Amino acid sequence: MSTKVVYEPTKGLTDSPLSYCPGCTHGIIHKLVGEVLEEQNLIGESIGVASVGCSVMSYEFFNCDMQQAPHGRAPAVATGIKRVKPNHTVFTYQGDGDLASIGMAEVIHAAHRSENITIIFVNNAIYGMTGGQMAPTTLIGQKTTTSPRGRSLDQGMPLRIVEMLATIPGATYLERVSVHDPKHIIKAKKAIHKAFEVQTNKQGFSLIEFISTCPIGWGMTPNDSLEWAKNTMIPYYPLGVYKDTREEREPWIKE
Amino acid sequence: MAKVLMKGNEAMALAAIKGGCDAFFGYPITPQNELPEYLSYHMQEHGKIFVQAESEVAAINMVYGAAGAGARVLTSSSSPGIALKQEGISYMAGSELPAVIINVMRGGPGLGSIQPSQADYNQVTRGGGNGDYHLLAYAPESIQEAVDIIKDAFRVADKYRNPVMVAIDGLIGQMMEPVDLDKPIDLDLQSKPWAADGHGAKRGKNNKILSLFLDTKDLETHNLKLKVKYDQMVSEEQRYELVQTDDAELVIVAYGSMARIARSAIAMARQKGYRVGMLRPITLWPYPVQGFEALASNVTHLLTAEMSLGQMHQDVLIANEGQRQTHWFGRTGGVVPSADELFDVIENIILKGGVA
Repeated sequence: MSTKVVYEPTKGLTDSPLSYCPGCTHGIIHKLVGEVLEEQNLIGESIGVASVGCSVMSYEFFNCDMQQAPHGRAPAVATGIKRVKPNHTVFTYQGDGDLASIGMAEVIHAAHRSENITIIFVNNAIYGMTGGQMAPTTLIGQKTTTSPRGRSLDQGMPLRIVEMLATIPGATYLERVSVHDPKHIIKAKKAIHKAFEVQTNKQGFSLIEFISTCPIGWGMTPNDSLEWAKNTMIPYYPLGVYKDTREEREPWIKE
Repeated sequence: MAKVLMKGNEAMALAAIKGGCDAFFGYPITPQNELPEYLSYHMQEHGKIFVQAESEVAAINMVYGAAGAGARVLTSSSSPGIALKQEGISYMAGSELPAVIINVMRGGPGLGSIQPSQADYNQVTRGGGNGDYHLLAYAPESIQEAVDIIKDAFRVADKYRNPVMVAIDGLIGQMMEPVDLDKPIDLDLQSKPWAADGHGAKRGKNNKILSLFLDTKDLETHNLKLKVKYDQMVSEEQRYELVQTDDAELVIVAYGSMARIARSAIAMARQKGYRVGMLRPITLWPYPVQGFEALASNVTHLLTAEMSLGQMHQDVLIANEGQRQTHWFGRTGGVVPSADELFDVIENIILKGGVA
């Protein structure tokens, strides 16, 4: 009897079971990155940098060489790798506590130097791994374990990362996407494709921000989380391309 | 080969290039700036990487990344900057990555002073970062010794897959001396099959650089594996120099610039007929306990002399095991003592302390 293959898991991910909570969209983002690595034939020559937070174990999931970075330092670690391995694909996978708080200096300066790396930035507006504390990206009024009455203005307005990075001359490609429904998942994958193409073309720094969910940290069902991402997060964090200087950018030679 | 007159920081930079350094990542801080300045010009000539990072924290993490990808990597800084680098140093020790870290020490604590100091002794030898780890730490007393150590330091770091620190006080970084940089060395470049260098396809498996072991038993096993390396360093890497100790009754224990001052003080003491020598640690970790064991029974007094407030004296007490009378002399805050000052301390011990 002949069989027809209708679906295969991407070779860009290992067989290791994901460590993420039920309903969390990290899994979707992992799969998209894995598929792009596979479709661009990058798996066997890539080096990924795992960060600290929920995605700390991503070195078990991406099917390529991996290095685990100290909290927030992934862009610096990736800089070190890329400078000595300029012809290999180097990416980081970071959450919003990691990138938008403790690692702010590293991401800004990696963009500033236009390091030829790709950053996958997952924004779920909370610290998931440590148990749901307030992040720089936590929305006003959002309850977390360190903003139990809801984030107030005196705890700071939520930081918009791609908007801020767009002001940096060295940033080549910046886009914010979401994975709350199939249509947006398809768009998100296209964005990842573009980001890795920028790197392959040696055009410098690329970062894709993902609006992601944290059902456990948010205290919601997975479905309600997707609705909250769509109806509450996206209005404050509008989707779209924030920087695209690929046309103006000379190939970024650092070899 | 002919000697050239060079400033310590620049000579150390050139020594790193000769030691096979592939990449440098650093951040400006006095009194080590001539080192990155030299490399910013000369690394390019050798097809090597120089990056001025946004902070010491970023710089050491760049070192961590490049070392993980298999490169020979250098960073340099000075005391408060080394404090900032401790995060990445701990990660490198935990992940078993080689790298060379040059620490041109200045006065502390805090912002301290920019004058020469040895007050990083604990930071260098006790590990400023978290966890059970050690750095192989050298403390040269001259520019020649510094360049010889640095040229070989990348090989040693590779051998143990562990960071190596070269701690020199600011005096040696800032002064000029004739130095021979052409002594041949064996770079001993070995392949690094463990490196996460983006050759997963060729290798047929993925390499992972990490220091996370969520199962406590796994972490203990890992730490015990590291300990085997540290034990090997303790038995094989202790380095020291004995100066005029054969007939000495009083032995000064001093390293770096303080050892230079001690040489002058010993000459003054010998002229007066005092039998004084020196045990000069060249490795601060492992501490050269073997040097203490090599002292003959004629040595009845030990005098620790350091540019810090008793930090190395703790190790002298441990090494001495209560066998000999111990004395301590130190200046701090960037104050460099004169040979006269040290001689007075020696004479005082000899006249009052019962040295025959």
